[in-house]
Amino acid sequence: MPFIFLLGLVFGITLTMGEVISWFRIQEMFHFDSFHMYGVIGAAIALGILFNVIAKRAGWKAAGGKEMDIYSYKAGWKRYLLGGAVFGMGWSITGACPGPLFIALGAGYLPILIAIAGALLGTLLYGLVMRHLPH
Amino acid sequence: MLSFDPWSWYITGPLISLVMATLLLIGRRFGISSNLRTMCSIAGAGKWSDYFRFDWKAQSWNLVFIAGTLAGGAIARFLLLKPGPVDLNPDTASALREMGVEDAGVAFAPEILFGSEAWSHPLSLLTLLLGGALVGFGTRWANGCTSGHAISGLSSLQWPSLIAVIGFFIGGLTVSHLILPIWLPLL
Repeated sequence: MPFIFLLGLVFGITLTMGEVISWFRIQEMFHFDSFHMYGVIGAAIALGILFNVIAKRAGWKAAGGKEMDIYSYKAGWKRYLLGGAVFGMGWSITGACPGPLFIALGAGYLPILIAIAGALLGTLLYGLVMRHLPH
Repeated sequence: MLSFDPWSWYITGPLISLVMATLLLIGRRFGISSNLRTMCSIAGAGKWSDYFRFDWKAQSWNLVFIAGTLAGGAIARFLLLKPGPVDLNPDTASALREMGVEDAGVAFAPEILFGSEAWSHPLSLLTLLLGGALVGFGTRWANGCTSGHAISGLSSLQWPSLIAVIGFFIGGLTVSHLILPIWLPLL
């Protein structure tokens, strides 16, 4: 657990030092006015692909010899496209995806607490109406 | 108190991959928005929906990760990062100033949304609440956010994640170009 806390710490420091938690950087991204955010996400994905390819070829296992818990999303498109678009709207308004919501709070931007409360209410609402949504 | 310049994309991006890869190697995975579901479950939302009746204790490690990110944000902003504005593209800055965000280009975050000023502006608080609600609702509907879909999902070449990321941009572009120009001047 202390190690996981440390990983979170590295992540929080990284997104703050890289200005990913800045609302302005997110607007700049959606205005296609800077390479910064595309570089950040693109480099993370490129190295992530490299890691996954090497791990698969070399047969790397997680600690304790278990298989690594690689995501495997169910096929389909509705929930991904529609849910993704709803999230994208919130990402633009708050300038924060879920990680930066919490990191920005740590960084002292206290009104983001209201956005965190909103995110929890939105999650609750999803749980209440999910049966009626296309997935 | 140190005073480092902000990190460029080629430092920030690889460190994100490092966090993702390390989580996988210790048998966990990189996904922030699932914590929102966990938090609702802990608060007792299982009373209202089966969605929140799951073994959240198995996910408690991820809350420890979140606690770490909070501490990381505090350490970076107050001890490491040189205080100062984001070096924003002047085009974005002037577009935002036209929408009434006066400190675009001279601040790290807009005062009207994230400064203490926001507490006395009901419309700012409503904006944050609404935006946050869309983040929570949308990431749970899409079953992932930037960490789960954009970084982890695309890294493992998953089609659903590509569709989700396209969705992120459809929503984000619509709001940034069509809604915020009308909404932000009201703040």
